[in-house]
Amino acid sequence: MAEFFAALTEQAFLRQALLAGLLASLGCGLIGPFVVVKRIAFLAGGIAHSVLGGMGAALYFGFDPLLGALAAAVVSALLIGWVRLTWRTGEDTAIGALWAIGMAVGILFISRTPGYTTDLMSFLFGNILLVPTRELWFMAALDLLLLAVVGLGYRHFIAVTFDEEFARLRGLPVAALYLLLLVLVALTVVLMIQVVGLILVIALLTLPAAVAGQWTHSITSMMVAATLLGAGLTSGGLALSYAPDLPPGPTIILLAGALYLVSALVVGALRRVRTAAPKRDS
Amino acid sequence: MSNGTNRARAAGTGEPPAIAITGLHFAYGEVPVLEDVDLEVSPGEFLGVVGPNAGGKSTLLKLILGLLKPSAGRIRVLGEPPRRARKRIGYVPQYPGFPREFPISVEDVVLMGRFGLGWRLGPWTRDDRAAAAAALDEVEALDLRERQIGTLSGGQLQRVLLARALVGEPRLLILDEPTANIDQRLEGEIFELLAQLNRRLTIVVVSHDIAFISAYVSRVACLNRTLVCHATDSIDGQTIQDLYGEHVRQIQHDHDHGEPLALGTTREHGPHG
Repeated sequence: MAEFFAALTEQAFLRQALLAGLLASLGCGLIGPFVVVKRIAFLAGGIAHSVLGGMGAALYFGFDPLLGALAAAVVSALLIGWVRLTWRTGEDTAIGALWAIGMAVGILFISRTPGYTTDLMSFLFGNILLVPTRELWFMAALDLLLLAVVGLGYRHFIAVTFDEEFARLRGLPVAALYLLLLVLVALTVVLMIQVVGLILVIALLTLPAAVAGQWTHSITSMMVAATLLGAGLTSGGLALSYAPDLPPGPTIILLAGALYLVSALVVGALRRVRTAAPKRDS
Repeated sequence: MSNGTNRARAAGTGEPPAIAITGLHFAYGEVPVLEDVDLEVSPGEFLGVVGPNAGGKSTLLKLILGLLKPSAGRIRVLGEPPRRARKRIGYVPQYPGFPREFPISVEDVVLMGRFGLGWRLGPWTRDDRAAAAAALDEVEALDLRERQIGTLSGGQLQRVLLARALVGEPRLLILDEPTANIDQRLEGEIFELLAQLNRRLTIVVVSHDIAFISAYVSRVACLNRTLVCHATDSIDGQTIQDLYGEHVRQIQHDHDHGEPLALGTTREHGPHG
């Protein structure tokens, strides 16, 4: 760990990696709570995996893979949202199909692109140590966009997440808000891909928010707590992985998984103690 | 009790009826649920809708709220099509449409009723919070304000849902089985509360419990695919038997004093329609 802090002062790439982690953690906080309480983790997973199609196509046609990822994420979010709003049932099949088709398309494109096969691993599992400055700016812009939209509309998003029918009766445009929320999930997925890769995104999107949810009692405090947890987990994972030269993405995810497990056990134990003793709400 | 007095007061003011339904038909696919329903609810009225399970009560409410479209017929609510009148309706559902473990306080749930009073971004205003406090106070649940929604008892939750409906400043209050999930002592308290609210609001309440609500409401509509209306004092054994289609154990209650008697037997006529 001391080795990491020493390196941090010397190595610019490490400072950039740390910054990338911090930028991604705002996504954990702002969007993660909605994914957790609305129970759309599988949907978010579908969006994340379909992104490979866009990245592969972008590589093949010579665009920035991140732009391809952004386009693919938004398109698949709207597709899944449209399926759910139109048919209600069959949503999970549609998600599964999009999940696999997106990956298949991506791998075909990458296989046809000479010299890019090494990129596949960093798409899948992230490469926080190789985030160029340009991408940090891109991540910061996504963060600002998320912050603005959620800051202005969080009451509306909470309303459609909490009770769709009642929101509709109060005249809220429920379908539009739902689609917008899915688009925000898509943006967050793209935001996190550089850090942990598209396969592991789902953990970073849900675990900090899930842990926060075990200790807080409102969506807004969940957002604050999940952002801080996300920042701690990405920085901590990065630091832990440095000395033994482990890949940082999986280390971050394992750390998040461990925290979730410990938190769940502690909450369970506290609940048992509290039901035994006279009850008082925290 | 407020039986009839509000209706008399509202008559002749030229206000459109709170609800006007003519020739309403509705079917889920091939299965007819409502046939040829006519109903007019005057401003200030307190209407009870009773009938067996699957008699179409909740469907009728969904049509009035504009959540379903009629197969045929016309519905006007406060003089407008249901979808446009929606924001002026306070609705208390039978089953809340949210998971009980959702991380949200009572105050924030009640605040949800403030949507529809103007489009605004950002946080709730001080006025919104004051209105939520006033609504909670009116249903005698102000002390629950900071509680988590999941920690409430059935009766407390019912009051909170009522506050959520009231905070949107409705003209018409619609309740679907407001007492189905609470014990019978609290049932009386809820109806006393509704009787008070009826001084300023038109109320439509659906219940399976004809004997109980007829002590409070000014008129009873009996719904079993078709609709028949009665003044509350004309309900007799034959009416109930026609409606539920089997022998029903009756109880006595006194309309003039409004105190329901023999509460313990009111749930005898069960869902066998």
